[in-house]
Amino acid sequence: MPVSPTPLHSAAALAIDARNVGRVYKAKPNPIVALDGIDLTVRPGELFGLLGPNGAGKTTLIKILTTLLLPSSGTASVFGFDVERQTSQIRRIMNIVSGGEQSGYGLLQVREQLWMFSQFYGLGVREGWRRVDELIDLVGLQEQRVQKVSQLSTGQRQKLNFARGLLNDPWIFFLDEPTLGLDVSAARATRELTLAWQAAVPGRTILLTSHYMAEVDEMCDRLAIVDRGRILAIGTPAELKHRVQSESIFRLELDRLDRGVGALARLPGVISAASVAGNDNGADGERNTILVKLVLVDDGALGPVVSALAGLDAHIVSLQKSEPSLEDVFVELVGRGFEDDLTVHQNGTGLRSAGSRPADEESVAEELAGRSR
Amino acid sequence: MTAAKGSAERTPSAARSPFVYRPTASPEEAARWEPRRILITNVRSIAGRAYPRLIGLRREPSWILFEILLPFLTTSAFVFVYRALQSPPEYIGFVVLGGAMTAFWMNVMWMMAAQLYWEKDQGNLERYFTAPMSMMAILLGMAIGGLLMSTFRAGIVLLVGTIVYGVVFSVDQWFLLLGVFVLFLTALYGLGMMLATLFVLWGREAWHLTQIMAEPVYFVSGLNFPVARLGLFGAAALGTIPLAVGLDAIRQLAFAGSTNTGSFISPEGEALLLVAMTIVFIGLARYLLRIIERLARQDGKLITRTS
Ligand SMILES: Nc1ncnc2c1ncn2[C@@H]1O[C@H](COP(=O)(O)OP(=O)(O)OP(=O)(O)O)[C@@H](O)[C@H]1O
Ligand SMILES: [Mg+2]
Repeated sequence: MPVSPTPLHSAAALAIDARNVGRVYKAKPNPIVALDGIDLTVRPGELFGLLGPNGAGKTTLIKILTTLLLPSSGTASVFGFDVERQTSQIRRIMNIVSGGEQSGYGLLQVREQLWMFSQFYGLGVREGWRRVDELIDLVGLQEQRVQKVSQLSTGQRQKLNFARGLLNDPWIFFLDEPTLGLDVSAARATRELTLAWQAAVPGRTILLTSHYMAEVDEMCDRLAIVDRGRILAIGTPAELKHRVQSESIFRLELDRLDRGVGALARLPGVISAASVAGNDNGADGERNTILVKLVLVDDGALGPVVSALAGLDAHIVSLQKSEPSLEDVFVELVGRGFEDDLTVHQNGTGLRSAGSRPADEESVAEELAGRSR
Repeated sequence: MTAAKGSAERTPSAARSPFVYRPTASPEEAARWEPRRILITNVRSIAGRAYPRLIGLRREPSWILFEILLPFLTTSAFVFVYRALQSPPEYIGFVVLGGAMTAFWMNVMWMMAAQLYWEKDQGNLERYFTAPMSMMAILLGMAIGGLLMSTFRAGIVLLVGTIVYGVVFSVDQWFLLLGVFVLFLTALYGLGMMLATLFVLWGREAWHLTQIMAEPVYFVSGLNFPVARLGLFGAAALGTIPLAVGLDAIRQLAFAGSTNTGSFISPEGEALLLVAMTIVFIGLARYLLRIIERLARQDGKLITRTS
C-alpha cells in the first residue's frame, strides 16, 4: 500500500531454503523420524502451504525454521539467514502464530498482554500502547480491550495471538493451523486479515499449515503435500489438482436407467460408469433418481452419452462436472484418506460448500481401483 | 521507535496503514540492528517481563495467604517457643527477620526457578525464544518483578511481626545494612536465574529436586535461628546459599552489639561473599543459557507439544 519498496537487496535470498532437512526426536521405545529429507524453497512474497495429516511433520518444520529446534540433518535458511547460527537475525524479521496458542499471562488484560509483547520487540513505552490499540482495532478486539486474557473465547484468543504476531511487522509470518477451532466467520476473518496484511507490502511471505484443504486451496500460491516427514508433491493448487485428473468426471442424475450403467460404460469415450449411492440430502426428499458417475476420456465424449441416453429412454435430471479437490490429490499421493481430519465440515465451510466434495474422494478411489484392474 | 515516526513524517498525508508499521526496504535491512537498538530492546524486555509480576501483585490476592500469612504463622510458632525457653530477646527479632526473608526465598524458588517450567507448558518459552531480545533480559525481568513484589510482602511481614512481638532493632551502620540487603537480593535472584536456566533443560526433574530441597534449605539457612549454631553445616550454607549469608549479615547489622548471632564472619566479609555470589550466579546463568539454548534446541526442550 503506502510503501514503495525498493527491490530486495540480494534478490537471490529465498524466503525459505530448506535442503535435505531431517529431524529425529528421541522417544521412548524408538526414535521418531519427524522429517526425512525435506527440500523446499519459498520465494519472497509467496503464501506457501503445507498440507498433511496429523504427525506429518508440518509443525516440526516450522519449529526448525523459527529457530526453536535444530535440524538433525540438512540445512535451512530464512531470507538467507541460517536457522542454526543466525537466530538473532531471523527472530528480528519473523513472527509465528499457532492455533490454540495460550501464550502470555491469563491475569493480564488484552491490552496489557500485547503491550508486554511489544516491549520484547523493543517498541517504546508509549509507542507500544499506541501500536497495541491500533492492532486491537485491526483484529476486532475493541470490546475485549480490558478483558482478562484468561476469559477470552477461542476466537477472541486467536485474534489476540494474531495481533501479537503482527506487532513487529514481520517479513515472514509462520502460521501453524491458525484457524484451528474457529467458527466459520472467525476463520474467514482470519484468512482475510492474513491476505490483506500480506498484500500491504510486496515481499511479505507466509508459510501456512492447515488441515483444511479448502483453506489451503483458496489461500496458497503454492503448496507441498507432506506425509510421514516427506514432501510428496509441490505445486500450485491447480497444478496439483490437474495431476489427478486428466480425464473428465461427471455426475449424472437420471430419472431411470432400466438397462443399468453397463449400457453407458460400453459407449465410446467412456472409461467407466458407476452408480453412486444417492445423496442423503434429506431436503430433497426421497426422489427416485439414479446417480451415475461417469469418467470420460475428455469432455467431448459427453455428447454421445447424452444422445445414447435418449435412446435408453432415460432423462437427465441434473448434470454436474466434478472438480477434483486437493483431497483427491492427497488420496492419490498418500494412498489413504484424510478421514480423521475431515474437520472441513465443521470449519472450512465458509470457503466452498463442503457438500460438493463427497463424490470426489470416492471417485478417485474407484478410479484408482479401476485402473489397477 | 524512530523508524515509525520517521515514516509517518515522510508521508504525512497518507493515512498510515496498521498493516505497515515499521517499513523496511528488505528483510536484510530489517535484520540489521545497531548495538544501541539491541540494548534498548533488551532493557525494554526487562520491563516488559517484570510488568505482569507487578500487575499480579494488584490482581491476585491469594499471595496474602501464601506469602504473608504462612511465613507469619511459622514465625509466630518459633516466637512462642523462644519465649517459653526464655531465650535472649534478640532471638525473637531474628525469627521475625527470618520470616520476612522467607518471602524472598519462596519467590525465588517458585516464581523464578520453577517458573520457566511452567512458561514452557504455556508456550511462553517458545514466544520468548522467537522474539529478538536476549533470554537474559527475560530472566532479569522475572527477577526484578519478583524482587519488587517480594520486597513489598517482606516489608509487611516485618512490620506486623515487629509490632506484634515488640521487636527492638538497634542499627549502627544503616548504609552497610542497606548495601547488604541489596547484595542479598542480587545474589539470591542471581541464583534464581541460574536455576531457571536449568529448569529449561531438566523440567520435571528439577521441579522435584526443588521440592525435596526446600525444607533442608530453610533449615540450614537458619530462617528461625542463628545459622552459626549449625556449626559445619552452617558454614557450608554460608558459603553457598545467599539466604544464609544475607540473613546472618542482616541480623548482625540489625542487632548491633548482640553476641547471640554467634556469627564468625563480619558483615563486611559477608557483603563481599554476596558480591562474589552475585557475580558467580549471574555469570553462570549467562553461560548456561548459551549452552542450554543449543542443547534445548537439539533435544526439542523449547517446544511445547500441542498435538
Ligand atoms: N517434542 C517431540 N518429541 C517427540 N516426538 C515429537 C515431538 N514433536 C513431534 N513429535 C513427533 O514427530 C512427528 C511429527 O509431528 P509434527 O507435530 O511435526 O506433525 P504435524 O504435521 O504438525 O501434525 P499435526 O497435523 O497433528 O499438527 C509425530 O510423529 C510426532 O509424534
Ligand atoms: Mg502441527
